[in-house]
Amino acid sequence: MSDSMTTRTVTVAGHGGDEVPAYLAQPEGAGPRGGVVVIHHMPGYDRATKEIVRRFAEMGYDAICPNLHWREAPGAAPDDASATVRARGGVPDDRLVGDVGGATAYLRGLPTSNGKVGVIGYCSGGRQSVLAACSLDLDAAVDCYGAFVTGTPPADFPLLVTSLVDRLPDLRAPLLGLFGNDDAHPSPDEVDELEKLVQENGKTYEFHRYDDAGHAFFAVDRPAYRVAAANDGWERIAEFYGTHLGN
Amino acid sequence: MCTYTTIAAPVSGSAKGPGGQWFHVTDATVYFDHPVHAMDEHTLNIDLSDPSRGPGQRVALELTAASARELLAAIAAALDAAPDELTA
Repeated sequence: MSDSMTTRTVTVAGHGGDEVPAYLAQPEGAGPRGGVVVIHHMPGYDRATKEIVRRFAEMGYDAICPNLHWREAPGAAPDDASATVRARGGVPDDRLVGDVGGATAYLRGLPTSNGKVGVIGYCSGGRQSVLAACSLDLDAAVDCYGAFVTGTPPADFPLLVTSLVDRLPDLRAPLLGLFGNDDAHPSPDEVDELEKLVQENGKTYEFHRYDDAGHAFFAVDRPAYRVAAANDGWERIAEFYGTHLGN
Repeated sequence: MCTYTTIAAPVSGSAKGPGGQWFHVTDATVYFDHPVHAMDEHTLNIDLSDPSRGPGQRVALELTAASARELLAAIAAALDAAPDELTA
């Protein structure tokens, strides 16, 4: 397999028909191949997230990341955009679903597509990955340490985040969950609750939990990075997507 | 963890921001969460901004919890040291 790829910014039809910029990376070659929608973390549509998009292209997938903060801050630096969105309460769930749906449709419309699309998100994007898989026709979902999939945010919580417990019966894609045992959100107890709920609802899932790892252990540019957990996590993702997004 | 916790406060004053230009600030956003730049897993973050002038019109601080408390105490001490009639 070649590791050559092409990257560019494209526009997807997001929530409400809005034109949303998205970063696209495509491997060389005609396909057919699966696609991956990357949901960026709360710090935004940043360099680290685009590196993840390119990594999925290197792994053989058409990969795309919509800029979820574009509406509030078109053209702004990722950190400024993130600060603006945070001050306004975060990304609304319905808008997230619409934007991920648009990115999914874009991938399926590519001439290289085999029709299969997975989603992955980190931190706040982990919860949003589960939300997308409860709302959209996806083939695989990966939740990397998303908080408040289970567990209840405080009553005075300032952001528009709610538990997804009531949505889990609608989960319609196999779920891979990757969690650090030193994390507080989601805590190991909250991961236990999520596992219990997906079991009770008869969903296909696979969870991996890592010692000596907390939140954001995949983040190579942050002190939370944990090499062993991240390396194993990437292997689990490769196997999972290979199973569910392959030809 | 992502704490998500975000507290907003109206403020009035000036800050030196992008391009070394002073600007009037109207909003403060305070949150304890992952920093963009500081080498700590979590920091107390403060954005002083004027949203009417766009997302980039912002001065950002990322402080360790201990240093944020030091700053809080220093601000309180400076205000307490000034005559009441000036700080009312």
